Amino acid sequence: MLIQTVVTGIAIGGIYALMAVGYSLIFSILNFSNFAYGPIIMLCSFFGYFGLGILKLPFWLVLILSMLVGAFLCCLSEILAYRPLRKRKAKTLYFMISAMGISILLENMVYATVGAHFYNYPQILQGTVKLLAADIGVLDLFAIIFSCIAIGALHFFINHSKPGIAIRAVSYDTVVSQINGININAIVILVFCLAGMMAGIAGMFLGMKYMAYPTMGWITNKAYISAVIGGMGSLPGAVVGAIILGLVESLSSVYISSAIRDVFSFSFLIIMLFIKPSGLFGKTLEEKV
Amino acid sequence: MWNYIEGILCLALISVISVLGLTVFTGFTGMFSMGHAAFIAIGAYTASILTSKAHANFYLALALGGLMSGFVSLIIGYPTLRAKLQNDYFAIATLGFGEAVRVILENLKITNGARGLVGIPARSTFLNILLITVLLTIITAHYVYSKYGRQSVAIREDHVAAEMMGINLFTVRLRALFFSAVMAGIGGGLYAHYVNFIQPSMFTSTQSTTLIAAVVAGGMGSITGPFVAMLIFSALPEILRVADMWRLVAYGLILVLIMVLRPQGIFGYKELNFKFVKRWIKKIRAKKPALPAEGGDA
Repeated sequence: MLIQTVVTGIAIGGIYALMAVGYSLIFSILNFSNFAYGPIIMLCSFFGYFGLGILKLPFWLVLILSMLVGAFLCCLSEILAYRPLRKRKAKTLYFMISAMGISILLENMVYATVGAHFYNYPQILQGTVKLLAADIGVLDLFAIIFSCIAIGALHFFINHSKPGIAIRAVSYDTVVSQINGININAIVILVFCLAGMMAGIAGMFLGMKYMAYPTMGWITNKAYISAVIGGMGSLPGAVVGAIILGLVESLSSVYISSAIRDVFSFSFLIIMLFIKPSGLFGKTLEEKV
Repeated sequence: MWNYIEGILCLALISVISVLGLTVFTGFTGMFSMGHAAFIAIGAYTASILTSKAHANFYLALALGGLMSGFVSLIIGYPTLRAKLQNDYFAIATLGFGEAVRVILENLKITNGARGLVGIPARSTFLNILLITVLLTIITAHYVYSKYGRQSVAIREDHVAAEMMGINLFTVRLRALFFSAVMAGIGGGLYAHYVNFIQPSMFTSTQSTTLIAAVVAGGMGSITGPFVAMLIFSALPEILRVADMWRLVAYGLILVLIMVLRPQGIFGYKELNFKFVKRWIKKIRAKKPALPAEGGDA
Protein backbone atom coordinates (compact mmCIF):
# COMPACT_ATOMS: atom_id res chain seq x y z
CA MET A 1 0.00 0.00 0.00
CA LEU A 2 2.72 2.44 0.97
CA ILE A 3 4.81 1.64 -2.10
CA GLN A 4 1.77 2.02 -4.32
CA THR A 5 0.94 5.39 -2.80
CA VAL A 6 4.51 6.56 -3.18
CA VAL A 7 4.63 5.50 -6.84
CA THR A 8 1.32 7.25 -7.53
CA GLY A 9 2.68 10.31 -5.78
CA ILE A 10 5.82 10.29 -7.91
CA ALA A 11 3.75 9.83 -11.07
CA ILE A 12 1.54 12.81 -10.21
CA GLY A 13 4.68 14.68 -9.22
CA GLY A 14 6.18 13.87 -12.62
CA ILE A 15 3.26 15.48 -14.44
CA TYR A 16 3.35 18.46 -12.09
CA ALA A 17 7.08 18.66 -12.79
CA LEU A 18 6.49 18.96 -16.53
CA MET A 19 4.13 21.86 -15.96
CA ALA A 20 6.29 23.44 -13.26
CA VAL A 21 9.35 23.29 -15.51
CA GLY A 22 7.57 25.07 -18.35
CA TYR A 23 6.21 27.64 -15.96
CA SER A 24 9.53 28.15 -14.23
CA LEU A 25 11.30 28.54 -17.56
CA ILE A 26 9.08 31.48 -18.49
CA PHE A 27 9.43 32.94 -15.02
CA SER A 28 13.23 32.77 -15.17
CA ILE A 29 13.27 34.91 -18.33
CA LEU A 30 10.37 37.30 -17.94
CA ASN A 31 9.99 37.33 -14.16
CA PHE A 32 6.24 36.94 -14.04
CA SER A 33 3.77 34.12 -13.51
CA ASN A 34 2.27 33.00 -16.77
CA PHE A 35 -1.25 32.20 -15.60
CA ALA A 36 -2.19 31.53 -19.21
CA TYR A 37 -0.16 28.33 -19.00
CA GLY A 38 -2.94 26.31 -17.37
CA PRO A 39 -5.55 26.88 -20.08
CA ILE A 40 -2.95 26.14 -22.75
CA ILE A 41 -2.35 22.77 -21.08
CA MET A 42 -6.12 22.28 -21.06
CA LEU A 43 -6.33 23.04 -24.78
CA CYS A 44 -3.51 20.56 -25.46
CA SER A 45 -5.44 17.98 -23.50
CA PHE A 46 -8.54 18.61 -25.60
CA PHE A 47 -6.43 18.39 -28.71
CA GLY A 48 -5.12 15.04 -27.48
CA TYR A 49 -8.68 13.81 -27.00
CA PHE A 50 -9.58 15.06 -30.46
CA GLY A 51 -6.61 13.27 -32.03
CA LEU A 52 -6.86 10.00 -30.12
CA GLY A 53 -10.59 9.67 -29.60
CA ILE A 54 -12.08 11.11 -32.77
CA LEU A 55 -9.41 11.01 -35.48
CA LYS A 56 -7.95 7.76 -34.04
CA LEU A 57 -4.38 8.76 -34.83
CA PRO A 58 -1.47 6.81 -33.35
CA PHE A 59 -0.38 7.89 -29.87
CA TRP A 60 3.11 9.12 -30.81
CA LEU A 61 1.83 11.28 -33.64
CA VAL A 62 -0.79 12.88 -31.39
CA LEU A 63 1.81 13.52 -28.70
CA ILE A 64 4.10 15.32 -31.15
CA LEU A 65 1.20 17.30 -32.65
CA SER A 66 0.02 18.24 -29.17
CA MET A 67 3.51 19.53 -28.36
CA LEU A 68 3.41 21.64 -31.52
CA VAL A 69 -0.04 22.98 -30.65
CA GLY A 70 1.19 23.91 -27.17
CA ALA A 71 4.25 25.67 -28.58
CA PHE A 72 2.11 27.55 -31.09
CA LEU A 73 -0.39 28.71 -28.46
CA CYS A 74 2.34 29.80 -26.05
CA CYS A 75 4.07 31.82 -28.77
CA LEU A 76 0.79 33.35 -29.82
CA SER A 77 0.07 34.49 -26.27
CA GLU A 78 3.56 35.96 -26.08
CA ILE A 79 3.21 37.92 -29.30
CA LEU A 80 -0.31 39.18 -28.64
CA ALA A 81 -0.36 39.81 -24.93
CA TYR A 82 3.17 40.15 -23.55
CA ARG A 83 5.28 41.64 -26.31
CA PRO A 84 3.53 45.05 -26.28
CA LEU A 85 4.04 45.17 -22.52
CA ARG A 86 7.69 44.19 -22.82
CA LYS A 87 8.24 46.97 -25.35
CA ARG A 88 6.80 49.43 -22.85
CA LYS A 89 8.85 47.92 -19.98
CA ALA A 90 5.65 47.55 -17.97
CA LYS A 91 5.48 46.48 -14.33
CA THR A 92 5.21 42.78 -13.41
CA LEU A 93 1.68 43.38 -12.18
CA TYR A 94 0.57 44.30 -15.69
CA PHE A 95 2.08 41.13 -17.16
CA MET A 96 0.21 39.08 -14.59
CA ILE A 97 -3.09 40.78 -15.30
CA SER A 98 -2.58 40.26 -19.01
CA ALA A 99 -1.84 36.58 -18.39
CA MET A 100 -4.95 36.33 -16.23
CA GLY A 101 -6.91 37.83 -19.10
CA ILE A 102 -5.62 35.23 -21.57
CA SER A 103 -6.36 32.49 -19.08
CA ILE A 104 -9.97 33.62 -18.53
CA LEU A 105 -10.44 34.13 -22.25
CA LEU A 106 -9.26 30.64 -23.26
CA GLU A 107 -11.00 28.80 -20.45
CA ASN A 108 -14.38 30.39 -21.10
CA MET A 109 -13.98 30.14 -24.83
CA VAL A 110 -13.86 26.38 -24.36
CA TYR A 111 -16.87 26.56 -22.05
CA ALA A 112 -18.84 28.56 -24.60
CA THR A 113 -17.95 26.38 -27.57
CA VAL A 114 -17.26 22.84 -26.36
CA GLY A 115 -19.29 22.93 -23.15
CA ALA A 116 -18.58 21.74 -19.64
CA HIS A 117 -18.53 18.02 -20.44
CA PHE A 118 -15.86 15.60 -19.32
CA TYR A 119 -14.16 13.82 -22.19
CA ASN A 120 -12.79 10.38 -21.53
CA TYR A 121 -9.69 9.37 -23.43
CA PRO A 122 -9.76 6.02 -25.25
CA GLN A 123 -8.28 3.07 -23.39
CA ILE A 124 -4.55 3.12 -23.96
CA LEU A 125 -1.76 2.32 -21.55
CA GLN A 126 -4.18 0.52 -19.25
CA GLY A 127 -3.43 -2.35 -16.89
CA THR A 128 -1.06 -2.75 -13.98
CA VAL A 129 2.40 -4.11 -13.38
CA LYS A 130 3.47 -6.07 -10.31
CA LEU A 131 6.43 -4.33 -8.77
CA LEU A 132 7.73 -4.86 -5.23
CA ALA A 133 4.45 -6.45 -4.14
CA ALA A 134 2.37 -3.52 -5.34
CA ASP A 135 0.12 -2.99 -8.34
CA ILE A 136 1.39 -0.06 -10.30
CA GLY A 137 -0.51 1.41 -13.24
CA VAL A 138 1.22 1.30 -16.61
CA LEU A 139 0.11 4.89 -17.16
CA ASP A 140 1.78 6.01 -13.92
CA LEU A 141 4.98 4.21 -14.85
CA PHE A 142 4.88 5.65 -18.33
CA ALA A 143 4.25 9.17 -16.98
CA ILE A 144 7.29 8.88 -14.71
CA ILE A 145 9.55 7.62 -17.52
CA PHE A 146 8.33 10.15 -20.04
CA SER A 147 8.60 13.08 -17.61
CA CYS A 148 12.18 12.02 -16.87
CA ILE A 149 13.03 11.87 -20.58
CA ALA A 150 11.42 15.23 -21.38
CA ILE A 151 12.94 17.06 -18.44
CA GLY A 152 16.32 15.42 -19.06
CA ALA A 153 16.27 16.51 -22.68
CA LEU A 154 15.33 20.04 -21.66
CA HIS A 155 18.10 20.09 -19.07
CA PHE A 156 20.62 18.93 -21.66
CA PHE A 157 19.40 21.53 -24.13
CA ILE A 158 19.68 24.37 -21.66
CA ASN A 159 23.08 23.38 -20.33
CA HIS A 160 24.89 22.16 -23.44
CA SER A 161 23.58 23.96 -26.50
CA LYS A 162 24.26 27.45 -27.75
CA PRO A 163 20.62 28.68 -27.53
CA GLY A 164 20.45 27.10 -24.07
CA ILE A 165 23.44 29.11 -22.92
CA ALA A 166 21.77 32.21 -24.35
CA ILE A 167 18.62 31.41 -22.34
CA ARG A 168 20.66 31.12 -19.17
CA ALA A 169 22.44 34.37 -19.93
CA VAL A 170 19.16 36.22 -20.48
CA SER A 171 17.69 34.82 -17.29
CA TYR A 172 20.76 36.04 -15.43
CA ASP A 173 20.82 39.55 -16.85
CA THR A 174 18.63 40.72 -19.71
CA VAL A 175 20.38 44.00 -20.45
CA VAL A 176 23.96 42.71 -20.44
CA SER A 177 23.11 39.72 -22.63
CA GLN A 178 21.43 42.07 -25.06
CA ILE A 179 24.60 44.15 -25.21
CA ASN A 180 26.50 40.97 -26.00
CA GLY A 181 24.42 40.41 -29.10
CA ILE A 182 21.64 38.10 -27.96
CA ASN A 183 18.34 38.68 -29.70
CA ILE A 184 15.94 38.90 -26.76
CA ASN A 185 12.78 38.46 -28.82
CA ALA A 186 14.13 35.28 -30.39
CA ILE A 187 15.12 33.88 -26.99
CA VAL A 188 11.72 34.69 -25.51
CA ILE A 189 9.98 32.95 -28.42
CA LEU A 190 12.29 29.95 -27.97
CA VAL A 191 11.49 29.79 -24.26
CA PHE A 192 7.76 29.97 -24.93
CA CYS A 193 8.15 27.20 -27.53
CA LEU A 194 9.92 24.94 -25.02
CA ALA A 195 7.34 25.70 -22.35
CA GLY A 196 4.56 25.03 -24.83
CA MET A 197 6.04 21.64 -25.70
CA MET A 198 6.11 20.72 -22.02
CA ALA A 199 2.48 21.89 -21.85
CA GLY A 200 1.63 19.57 -24.73
CA ILE A 201 3.08 16.51 -22.98
CA ALA A 202 1.57 17.45 -19.60
CA GLY A 203 -1.83 18.04 -21.19
CA MET A 204 -1.86 14.60 -22.81
CA PHE A 205 -0.92 12.79 -19.60
CA LEU A 206 -3.33 14.81 -17.49
CA GLY A 207 -6.09 14.01 -19.96
CA MET A 208 -5.31 10.31 -19.85
CA LYS A 209 -5.23 10.29 -16.07
CA TYR A 210 -8.10 12.63 -15.19
CA MET A 211 -10.09 13.12 -18.44
CA ALA A 212 -10.28 16.41 -20.36
CA TYR A 213 -12.57 19.20 -19.12
CA PRO A 214 -12.59 23.01 -19.35
CA THR A 215 -11.52 23.79 -15.79
CA MET A 216 -8.63 21.34 -15.71
CA GLY A 217 -6.37 24.39 -15.90
CA TRP A 218 -6.69 24.64 -12.11
CA ILE A 219 -4.37 21.64 -11.84
CA THR A 220 -1.66 24.02 -12.94
CA ASN A 221 -2.15 25.83 -9.66
CA LYS A 222 -0.30 22.81 -8.31
CA ALA A 223 2.47 23.52 -10.78
CA TYR A 224 2.71 27.08 -9.50
CA ILE A 225 2.78 25.80 -5.95
CA SER A 226 5.52 23.31 -6.74
CA ALA A 227 7.51 25.96 -8.56
CA VAL A 228 7.26 28.18 -5.49
CA ILE A 229 8.29 25.33 -3.19
CA GLY A 230 11.29 24.58 -5.37
CA GLY A 231 12.16 28.22 -5.93
CA MET A 232 10.76 30.17 -8.84
CA GLY A 233 12.94 30.29 -11.90
CA SER A 234 14.96 27.24 -10.92
CA LEU A 235 14.46 24.12 -13.05
CA PRO A 236 15.84 21.48 -10.64
CA GLY A 237 13.84 23.23 -7.93
CA ALA A 238 10.66 22.89 -9.96
CA VAL A 239 11.20 19.14 -10.37
CA VAL A 240 11.99 18.54 -6.72
CA GLY A 241 9.10 20.76 -5.59
CA ALA A 242 6.69 18.94 -7.89
CA ILE A 243 7.69 15.50 -6.64
CA ILE A 244 7.47 16.61 -3.01
CA LEU A 245 4.02 18.05 -3.68
CA GLY A 246 2.89 14.89 -5.47
CA LEU A 247 4.03 12.78 -2.52
CA VAL A 248 2.37 15.09 0.02
CA GLU A 249 -0.89 14.89 -1.92
CA SER A 250 -1.01 11.16 -2.46
CA LEU A 251 0.07 10.38 1.11
CA SER A 252 -2.38 12.84 2.67
CA SER A 253 -5.27 11.65 0.50
CA VAL A 254 -4.63 7.99 1.39
CA TYR A 255 -3.85 8.35 5.07
CA ILE A 256 -5.87 11.42 6.13
CA SER A 257 -8.67 12.49 3.80
CA SER A 258 -8.93 12.84 0.06
CA ALA A 259 -11.62 15.53 0.28
CA ILE A 260 -9.32 18.06 1.89
CA ARG A 261 -6.21 17.09 -0.08
CA ASP A 262 -5.97 20.55 -1.62
CA VAL A 263 -6.02 22.17 1.80
CA PHE A 264 -2.94 20.13 2.65
CA SER A 265 -1.00 21.18 -0.43
CA PHE A 266 -1.95 24.78 0.24
CA SER A 267 -0.95 24.66 3.91
CA PHE A 268 2.29 23.06 2.83
CA LEU A 269 2.89 26.05 0.55
CA ILE A 270 2.20 28.53 3.34
CA ILE A 271 4.51 26.73 5.76
CA MET A 272 7.19 26.57 3.09
CA LEU A 273 6.83 30.26 2.33
CA PHE A 274 7.10 31.06 6.01
CA ILE A 275 10.26 29.01 6.54
CA LYS A 276 12.03 29.64 3.26
CA PRO A 277 10.30 32.19 1.02
CA SER A 278 12.88 31.82 -1.75
CA GLY A 279 12.10 28.12 -2.11
CA LEU A 280 14.47 25.19 -1.91
CA PHE A 281 16.71 26.14 -4.83
CA GLY A 282 15.62 29.69 -5.53
CA LYS A 283 17.66 32.81 -5.75
CA THR A 284 17.24 35.18 -2.83
CA LEU A 285 13.97 37.07 -2.79
CA GLU A 286 15.36 40.44 -1.76
CA GLU A 287 14.88 42.73 -4.69
CA LYS A 288 17.60 44.84 -6.18
CA VAL A 289 17.03 48.56 -6.42
CA MET B 1 -40.51 46.42 -14.28
CA TRP B 2 -39.15 48.37 -11.30
CA ASN B 3 -38.80 45.12 -9.36
CA TYR B 4 -36.60 43.73 -12.08
CA ILE B 5 -34.40 46.82 -12.22
CA GLU B 6 -34.28 46.93 -8.44
CA GLY B 7 -33.04 43.33 -8.35
CA ILE B 8 -30.24 44.06 -10.79
CA LEU B 9 -29.30 47.23 -8.91
CA CYS B 10 -29.20 45.40 -5.57
CA LEU B 11 -26.83 42.71 -6.83
CA ALA B 12 -24.73 45.32 -8.62
CA LEU B 13 -24.39 47.46 -5.50
CA ILE B 14 -23.49 44.41 -3.41
CA SER B 15 -20.69 43.59 -5.84
CA VAL B 16 -19.60 47.21 -5.71
CA ILE B 17 -19.02 46.87 -1.96
CA SER B 18 -16.62 43.98 -2.50
CA VAL B 19 -14.90 45.83 -5.30
CA LEU B 20 -14.34 48.86 -3.08
CA GLY B 21 -12.29 46.69 -0.74
CA LEU B 22 -10.24 45.23 -3.56
CA THR B 23 -9.72 48.74 -4.93
CA VAL B 24 -7.85 49.63 -1.78
CA PHE B 25 -5.78 46.47 -1.87
CA THR B 26 -5.05 46.03 -5.57
CA GLY B 27 -5.67 49.49 -6.95
CA PHE B 28 -3.98 51.53 -4.25
CA THR B 29 -1.54 49.15 -2.56
CA GLY B 30 -0.56 47.29 -5.73
CA MET B 31 -1.00 43.76 -4.37
CA PHE B 32 -2.74 41.19 -6.49
CA SER B 33 -5.32 39.03 -4.72
CA MET B 34 -6.83 36.16 -6.63
CA GLY B 35 -8.79 34.69 -3.75
CA HIS B 36 -11.09 37.50 -2.76
CA ALA B 37 -14.17 35.36 -3.28
CA ALA B 38 -13.06 33.48 -0.16
CA PHE B 39 -13.49 36.61 1.96
CA ILE B 40 -16.94 37.16 0.49
CA ALA B 41 -17.79 33.55 1.31
CA ILE B 42 -16.57 33.82 4.90
CA GLY B 43 -18.59 36.99 5.45
CA ALA B 44 -21.67 35.46 3.84
CA TYR B 45 -21.49 32.26 5.87
CA THR B 46 -20.73 33.97 9.18
CA ALA B 47 -23.55 36.47 8.82
CA SER B 48 -26.12 33.93 7.68
CA ILE B 49 -25.25 31.41 10.38
CA LEU B 50 -25.60 34.20 12.93
CA THR B 51 -29.00 35.36 11.69
CA SER B 52 -30.56 32.01 10.80
CA LYS B 53 -29.22 29.87 13.65
CA ALA B 54 -28.50 32.34 16.46
CA HIS B 55 -31.24 34.85 15.44
CA ALA B 56 -28.83 37.71 15.79
CA ASN B 57 -29.56 41.26 14.70
CA PHE B 58 -28.97 41.68 10.96
CA TYR B 59 -26.60 44.63 11.16
CA LEU B 60 -24.66 43.06 14.01
CA ALA B 61 -24.34 39.88 11.94
CA LEU B 62 -23.13 41.88 8.94
CA ALA B 63 -20.49 43.61 11.03
CA LEU B 64 -19.39 40.33 12.61
CA GLY B 65 -19.24 38.69 9.18
CA GLY B 66 -16.99 41.49 8.01
CA LEU B 67 -14.81 41.18 11.10
CA MET B 68 -14.58 37.42 10.66
CA SER B 69 -13.34 37.93 7.10
CA GLY B 70 -10.87 40.47 8.41
CA PHE B 71 -9.68 38.05 11.06
CA VAL B 72 -9.11 35.30 8.49
CA SER B 73 -7.31 37.79 6.27
CA LEU B 74 -4.88 38.40 9.13
CA ILE B 75 -4.24 34.65 9.39
CA ILE B 76 -3.40 34.41 5.69
CA GLY B 77 -1.81 37.85 5.50
CA TYR B 78 0.53 37.56 8.46
CA PRO B 79 2.82 34.78 7.13
CA THR B 80 2.63 35.82 3.48
CA LEU B 81 3.13 39.55 3.94
CA ARG B 82 5.69 39.05 6.71
CA ALA B 83 7.77 37.05 4.24
CA LYS B 84 7.55 40.13 1.96
CA LEU B 85 5.99 38.11 -0.80
CA GLN B 86 5.86 40.06 -4.01
CA ASN B 87 3.39 39.98 -6.87
CA ASP B 88 3.53 36.40 -8.10
CA TYR B 89 4.17 34.68 -4.83
CA PHE B 90 1.37 36.53 -3.12
CA ALA B 91 -1.03 35.93 -6.00
CA ILE B 92 -0.35 32.19 -5.88
CA ALA B 93 -0.75 32.12 -2.13
CA THR B 94 -4.14 33.84 -2.38
CA LEU B 95 -5.14 31.56 -5.24
CA GLY B 96 -4.45 28.55 -3.06
CA PHE B 97 -6.18 30.24 -0.14
CA GLY B 98 -9.34 30.80 -2.17
CA GLU B 99 -9.50 27.15 -3.19
CA ALA B 100 -8.71 25.95 0.33
CA VAL B 101 -11.51 28.03 1.88
CA ARG B 102 -14.00 26.62 -0.61
CA VAL B 103 -12.90 23.04 0.12
CA ILE B 104 -13.14 23.66 3.87
CA LEU B 105 -16.65 25.13 3.50
CA GLU B 106 -17.67 22.07 1.52
CA ASN B 107 -16.52 19.79 4.32
CA LEU B 108 -17.66 21.61 7.45
CA LYS B 109 -20.81 20.57 9.25
CA ILE B 110 -21.96 24.02 10.33
CA THR B 111 -21.96 25.24 6.71
CA ASN B 112 -24.02 22.24 5.62
CA GLY B 113 -21.31 21.14 3.21
CA ALA B 114 -21.70 21.40 -0.55
CA ARG B 115 -25.51 21.55 -0.28
CA GLY B 116 -25.27 25.00 1.23
CA LEU B 117 -27.36 27.00 3.67
CA VAL B 118 -31.04 27.51 2.91
CA GLY B 119 -33.71 29.68 4.50
CA ILE B 120 -31.58 32.69 5.27
CA PRO B 121 -33.95 35.49 6.29
CA ALA B 122 -34.45 38.16 3.61
CA ARG B 123 -33.18 41.25 5.36
CA SER B 124 -31.34 43.04 2.56
CA THR B 125 -33.63 45.54 0.94
CA PHE B 126 -32.83 48.03 -1.77
CA LEU B 127 -32.85 50.85 0.74
CA ASN B 128 -30.39 49.38 3.24
CA ILE B 129 -28.11 48.06 0.49
CA LEU B 130 -28.00 51.54 -1.03
CA LEU B 131 -27.35 53.20 2.33
CA ILE B 132 -24.59 50.75 3.24
CA THR B 133 -22.97 51.18 -0.18
CA VAL B 134 -22.96 54.95 0.15
CA LEU B 135 -21.60 54.74 3.69
CA LEU B 136 -18.84 52.31 2.73
CA THR B 137 -17.90 54.36 -0.32
CA ILE B 138 -17.42 57.39 1.89
CA ILE B 139 -15.36 55.32 4.34
CA THR B 140 -13.21 54.00 1.49
CA ALA B 141 -12.63 57.51 0.19
CA HIS B 142 -11.55 58.60 3.63
CA TYR B 143 -9.26 55.59 3.96
CA VAL B 144 -7.63 56.31 0.62
CA TYR B 145 -7.06 60.00 1.36
CA SER B 146 -5.85 59.35 4.88
CA LYS B 147 -2.26 58.74 5.94
CA TYR B 148 -2.82 54.99 5.45
CA GLY B 149 -4.00 55.41 1.90
CA ARG B 150 -1.12 57.68 0.97
CA GLN B 151 1.36 55.21 2.44
CA SER B 152 -0.31 52.51 0.32
CA VAL B 153 0.09 54.58 -2.84
CA ALA B 154 3.75 55.17 -2.01
CA ILE B 155 4.26 51.41 -1.70
CA ARG B 156 2.46 50.75 -4.96
CA GLU B 157 4.60 53.22 -6.84
CA ASP B 158 7.98 52.17 -5.41
CA HIS B 159 8.15 49.89 -2.42
CA VAL B 160 11.90 50.26 -1.99
CA ALA B 161 11.70 54.03 -1.87
CA ALA B 162 8.66 53.84 0.39
CA GLU B 163 10.51 51.60 2.82
CA MET B 164 13.45 54.00 2.84
CA MET B 165 11.06 56.81 3.72
CA GLY B 166 10.22 54.87 6.86
CA ILE B 167 6.97 53.24 5.78
CA ASN B 168 6.54 49.77 7.22
CA LEU B 169 5.59 47.63 4.22
CA PHE B 170 4.21 44.83 6.35
CA THR B 171 1.78 46.85 8.46
CA VAL B 172 0.53 49.00 5.61
CA ARG B 173 -0.10 46.01 3.35
CA LEU B 174 -1.70 44.01 6.13
CA ARG B 175 -3.94 46.96 7.01
CA ALA B 176 -5.04 47.27 3.40
CA LEU B 177 -5.70 43.53 3.21
CA PHE B 178 -7.70 43.65 6.44
CA PHE B 179 -9.74 46.58 5.17
CA SER B 180 -10.49 44.90 1.85
CA ALA B 181 -11.41 41.62 3.54
CA VAL B 182 -13.84 43.39 5.89
CA MET B 183 -15.49 45.10 2.94
CA ALA B 184 -15.73 41.81 1.04
CA GLY B 185 -17.21 40.15 4.14
CA ILE B 186 -19.90 42.82 4.49
CA GLY B 187 -20.69 42.46 0.80
CA GLY B 188 -20.98 38.71 1.28
CA GLY B 189 -23.35 39.13 4.24
CA LEU B 190 -25.62 41.42 2.25
CA TYR B 191 -25.55 39.01 -0.68
CA ALA B 192 -26.53 36.04 1.49
CA HIS B 193 -29.47 37.95 2.97
CA TYR B 194 -30.55 39.06 -0.46
CA VAL B 195 -30.59 35.71 -2.30
CA ASN B 196 -31.53 33.75 0.87
CA PHE B 197 -29.45 30.76 -0.17
CA ILE B 198 -25.70 30.21 -0.32
CA GLN B 199 -23.48 27.30 -1.23
CA PRO B 200 -19.70 27.00 -1.62
CA SER B 201 -19.85 26.75 -5.41
CA MET B 202 -21.12 30.35 -5.57
CA PHE B 203 -17.77 31.67 -4.41
CA THR B 204 -15.38 30.42 -7.06
CA SER B 205 -12.37 31.97 -8.69
CA THR B 206 -14.73 33.34 -11.37
CA GLN B 207 -15.98 35.81 -8.82
CA SER B 208 -12.47 36.78 -7.76
CA THR B 209 -11.69 37.27 -11.42
CA THR B 210 -14.68 39.52 -12.00
CA LEU B 211 -13.60 41.67 -9.05
CA ILE B 212 -10.04 41.96 -10.36
CA ALA B 213 -11.33 42.71 -13.85
CA ALA B 214 -13.49 45.52 -12.49
CA VAL B 215 -10.61 47.06 -10.56
CA VAL B 216 -8.24 46.86 -13.50
CA ALA B 217 -10.77 48.03 -16.07
CA GLY B 218 -11.94 50.86 -13.86
CA GLY B 219 -8.46 52.09 -13.21
CA MET B 220 -5.94 51.22 -10.55
CA GLY B 221 -5.76 54.28 -8.38
CA SER B 222 -9.35 55.38 -8.68
CA ILE B 223 -12.36 54.60 -6.47
CA THR B 224 -15.12 55.69 -8.77
CA GLY B 225 -13.54 53.91 -11.74
CA PRO B 226 -13.94 50.38 -10.34
CA PHE B 227 -17.30 51.46 -8.89
CA VAL B 228 -18.64 52.32 -12.33
CA ALA B 229 -16.89 49.34 -13.97
CA MET B 230 -18.52 46.94 -11.52
CA LEU B 231 -21.95 48.49 -12.10
CA ILE B 232 -21.45 47.98 -15.83
CA PHE B 233 -20.12 44.43 -15.36
CA SER B 234 -23.16 43.50 -13.26
CA ALA B 235 -25.72 45.15 -15.49
CA LEU B 236 -24.33 44.10 -18.87
CA PRO B 237 -25.03 40.35 -18.56
CA GLU B 238 -28.64 41.22 -17.78
CA ILE B 239 -28.94 43.29 -20.91
CA LEU B 240 -27.02 40.81 -23.06
CA ARG B 241 -28.80 37.71 -21.82
CA VAL B 242 -28.03 35.85 -25.04
CA ALA B 243 -24.34 36.30 -24.65
CA ASP B 244 -24.21 34.87 -21.14
CA MET B 245 -21.56 32.27 -21.93
CA TRP B 246 -19.44 34.85 -23.69
CA ARG B 247 -19.50 37.31 -20.80
CA LEU B 248 -16.39 35.86 -19.16
CA VAL B 249 -14.66 35.60 -22.52
CA ALA B 250 -15.28 39.31 -22.86
CA TYR B 251 -13.83 39.94 -19.37
CA GLY B 252 -10.65 38.15 -20.40
CA LEU B 253 -10.44 40.13 -23.59
CA ILE B 254 -11.06 43.38 -21.71
CA LEU B 255 -8.20 42.61 -19.31
CA VAL B 256 -5.73 41.92 -22.11
CA LEU B 257 -6.84 44.88 -24.20
CA ILE B 258 -6.66 47.27 -21.27
CA MET B 259 -3.18 46.05 -20.36
CA VAL B 260 -1.98 46.38 -23.93
CA LEU B 261 -3.71 49.61 -24.90
CA ARG B 262 -4.50 51.58 -21.76
CA PRO B 263 -2.82 50.10 -18.67
CA GLN B 264 -4.03 52.86 -16.38
CA GLY B 265 -7.64 51.71 -16.86
CA ILE B 266 -10.63 53.58 -18.19
CA PHE B 267 -10.54 56.22 -15.49
CA GLY B 268 -6.80 56.14 -14.88
CA TYR B 269 -5.87 57.93 -11.69
CA LYS B 270 -8.82 60.27 -12.03
CA GLU B 271 -11.99 60.24 -10.03
CA LEU B 272 -15.47 60.74 -11.30
CA ASN B 273 -16.81 63.68 -9.35
CA PHE B 274 -19.13 66.56 -9.73
CA LYS B 275 -16.49 69.24 -10.05
CA PHE B 276 -17.28 69.45 -13.74
CA VAL B 277 -20.77 70.64 -12.82
CA LYS B 278 -19.20 73.46 -10.84
CA ARG B 279 -16.96 74.24 -13.78
CA TRP B 280 -19.95 74.39 -16.10
CA ILE B 281 -21.76 76.69 -13.75
CA LYS B 282 -18.70 78.91 -13.59
CA LYS B 283 -18.44 78.95 -17.37
CA ILE B 284 -22.09 79.81 -17.74
CA ARG B 285 -21.74 82.57 -15.17
CA ALA B 286 -18.66 83.90 -16.87
CA LYS B 287 -20.50 83.92 -20.16
CA LYS B 288 -23.54 85.67 -18.80
CA PRO B 289 -22.24 89.23 -18.93
CA ALA B 290 -21.06 88.58 -22.49
CA LEU B 291 -24.53 87.49 -23.50
CA PRO B 292 -26.91 89.88 -21.79
CA ALA B 293 -29.68 89.27 -24.29
CA GLU B 294 -29.97 85.61 -23.36
CA GLY B 295 -29.66 86.14 -19.65
CA GLY B 296 -32.61 88.47 -19.58
CA ASP B 297 -34.80 86.17 -17.59
CA ALA B 298 -32.23 85.66 -14.82
